[in-house]
Amino acid sequence: MRKLQTLLIGIVVIIGVLFFSARYLEKNQGYASDNIVTIYNWGDYIDPSLLKKFEKETGYKVNYETFDSNEAMYTKIQQGGTNYDIAIPSEYMIEKMIKSKMLEKIDPTKIIGLSNINAQFLNQSFDPGNQYSIPYFWGTLGIIYNDKFVEAKDIQHWDDLWQPALKNNVMLIDGAREIMGLALNSEGKSLNDKNTQDLEAAKEKLTKLTPNVKAIVADEIKMYMINEESAVAVSFSGEASEMLDSNKHLHYVIPSEGSNLWFDNMVIPKTVKNKKGAYAFINFMLQPKNAAQNAEYIGYSTPNEKAMKLLPKEITSDTQFYPDQETMSHLEVYQNLGQKTLNEYNDLFLEFKMYRK
Amino acid sequence: MTSTKRMYAVPYFLWLLLFVAAPVLLIVYQSFLGINGQFTFANYTNYFTSATYLEMTVNSVIYAFIITLITLVISYPAAYVLNKTKHKQLWLMLIILPTWVNLLLKAYAFIGIFSTHGSLNQFFAFIGIGQQQILFTDFSFIFVATYIEIPFMIMPIFNALEEMNPSLISASRDLGANSVDTFRRVIFPLSLNGVKSGVQAVFIPSLSLFMLTRLIGGNRVITLGTAIEEHFLVTQNWGMGSTIGVILILAMLLIMVATGEKKRKGGEKTR
Repeated sequence: MRKLQTLLIGIVVIIGVLFFSARYLEKNQGYASDNIVTIYNWGDYIDPSLLKKFEKETGYKVNYETFDSNEAMYTKIQQGGTNYDIAIPSEYMIEKMIKSKMLEKIDPTKIIGLSNINAQFLNQSFDPGNQYSIPYFWGTLGIIYNDKFVEAKDIQHWDDLWQPALKNNVMLIDGAREIMGLALNSEGKSLNDKNTQDLEAAKEKLTKLTPNVKAIVADEIKMYMINEESAVAVSFSGEASEMLDSNKHLHYVIPSEGSNLWFDNMVIPKTVKNKKGAYAFINFMLQPKNAAQNAEYIGYSTPNEKAMKLLPKEITSDTQFYPDQETMSHLEVYQNLGQKTLNEYNDLFLEFKMYRK
Repeated sequence: MTSTKRMYAVPYFLWLLLFVAAPVLLIVYQSFLGINGQFTFANYTNYFTSATYLEMTVNSVIYAFIITLITLVISYPAAYVLNKTKHKQLWLMLIILPTWVNLLLKAYAFIGIFSTHGSLNQFFAFIGIGQQQILFTDFSFIFVATYIEIPFMIMPIFNALEEMNPSLISASRDLGANSVDTFRRVIFPLSLNGVKSGVQAVFIPSLSLFMLTRLIGGNRVITLGTAIEEHFLVTQNWGMGSTIGVILILAMLLIMVATGEKKRKGGEKTR
C-alpha cells in the first residue's frame, strides 16, 4: 500500500513539474515570437527554397507545419494551444472558419500586390471582397484518362463517362458534391442547384452510370491511375498534376460545359502571434517572381496574372491546368447550400452508391 | 482491507464512466438533435421510413452474417486442431501475430495482391484463366474481412476447448461413445461458450466496417459504418450519424442477449 502511495505521489509530482516547465517554455517562445512566422500548410505545398528566401529577405524565422486535410487543420486551430500566423485552407473551409469566427480580417492597406491577382479569382462567394483570404492556388474538377485505353476525342465531356465502352472502367472521387455536381453539370444545370426535382433527376442519371463505375474511392485514385488499374477517373486537378508527373500516358480534361472551381487561400487565423510577419509572408507570396517559382515547383495553377507572364509558355498554354476563357466562364465554386440541401445531396449520393447494376 | 480494495477499483470505475457510459450517453443525446440543434425524433422516423437506410441495414446484416459464418467455419476446425498439436501456444501465437500489424497496412497489402496487375491476377494469367476483376467485388470484401476477423474467433474457441477437462472425453469414450458422438454430445456443447463469444466479437465489428468498404470494396459495398462516417465527416449531420450509432448499439445488445441467454440456462442445468 505504501509503495502504491509513493508511486501515485511520484506521478503527480512529475506531472506537475512537466506542466509548469511546459508553461514556462511556452511563455519563453511567446516572447520570442516577434521574430517567428508560423505557417500551417498542406504537406509539400510550397517550394522550400522560397521559405529560405523569405527568411533572408525579411529576417523572420519560419516555423513550418503541415496538415493533410482541411478538417484536421480546422480541429487543430479550433482546439487552441497553437500559434499559427498563416494557414492555407480550401474555400469551403474558409467559409466555415469565417462563420466560426476563427479568422482575422485582413487589412487591405497592408497588402501589397493584390492587383497581381487575376480579378476572376477575387471576390468569390465564400469570402466576398476578400476580407479574410488571399488566393494561393486554384484548380478544377475533371477527368483523368489513360491514352492506352481511351482516345482523347472520346472523352471530352461529362456525358462521355456514360459510354458503354467504359464498362467497369471509371473511378469516381468519393464526394457527394463532386459527383452530384458533375451529373447536374452534364445536364446543363448548376452544381449549386437546390431544386429537389433536378437533384432527383441527377441521381437517376447517375444510377445509369453504375455499370461503368469500378470504384468510388478517395486519395487512392492517384495510386490506381498511376498503376493503370482503371482507364478513366474523376478527380481534382491538383491530384491530376501529380498523376501526370508519374505516368506519361495520363491526361487531364476539364469538361467545357461546366465544372467545379476550387481555391486554396492564405488566411490569418485567430491564433496569430505575429501579424506583421503574416502580412510580410502574404505580400512575399503575392510577388510575381515568387508566385511563379512556386507554381512551377508545385504544378498547380496560380491565380497571379503577372506570375503567369513569367512562367514558361508550355505551362501557361497547357489547357489542362490553365483552361481557355470559354471553359473558365462555366466553372463554379461550391456554395454553402445550407444543411438541409447538403443532406439531400448526401442522401441521394448514398442511394447512388447503394444502387446495384 | 476492504477500503484498500475499493481504492483499487476507483480507476476502473472512472474508466467505465469516462470511456463507456459517457460516450454512449452522448451518442444517445446527439441522436435526438436535429440539424439545427433542436430536440426531435425526426432522425429515428427518418431512419425507419427511408428505404435507403433500411436497405443498408439489411445489407450490413447480410454481409456481417456471411463474414461471421465463414469465419466460424474456418476457425472452429482450426482451433480444434490447434488444441491437439504439441506446441499449441506457438501455433496460437502465429495465428495472433497478424493482428499486431496495422489494419490499414493489411488492407493495402491486399490491394497489391488483388489489383489488376497484382500477384493473383498474374497467377491467373499464367495458368491461362486471364485477368479477372477481383478488387472492388463482394468476394474481395468478404475475403479480407474474414481474414481480419479470424483471430478474434479462434481465440475464444481455442480457450474454451483448452479449458475442457480431458477426463470428460475419456469418460465419454469409456462409456462407449464413438468419436463422432463424443464430439457432438460432449466437446461441441462444452465449447459453445467460446463460439458465442467469438460470434459476438466478429459480428458486431463486421456490421460497421467502413475502412474496408472503401479500400477493398471501392464503396461498391455499403454498410452502416459508411453512412456514419459520411454523416460525421461530410454532411456534419451528427444527429443522424448518432442515430445509426444507437441502432448499432441496440443491435449489439440484441445479439448479446440472444447469445448470452442460453449460457445461464446451461449453467443452471449442470447445477
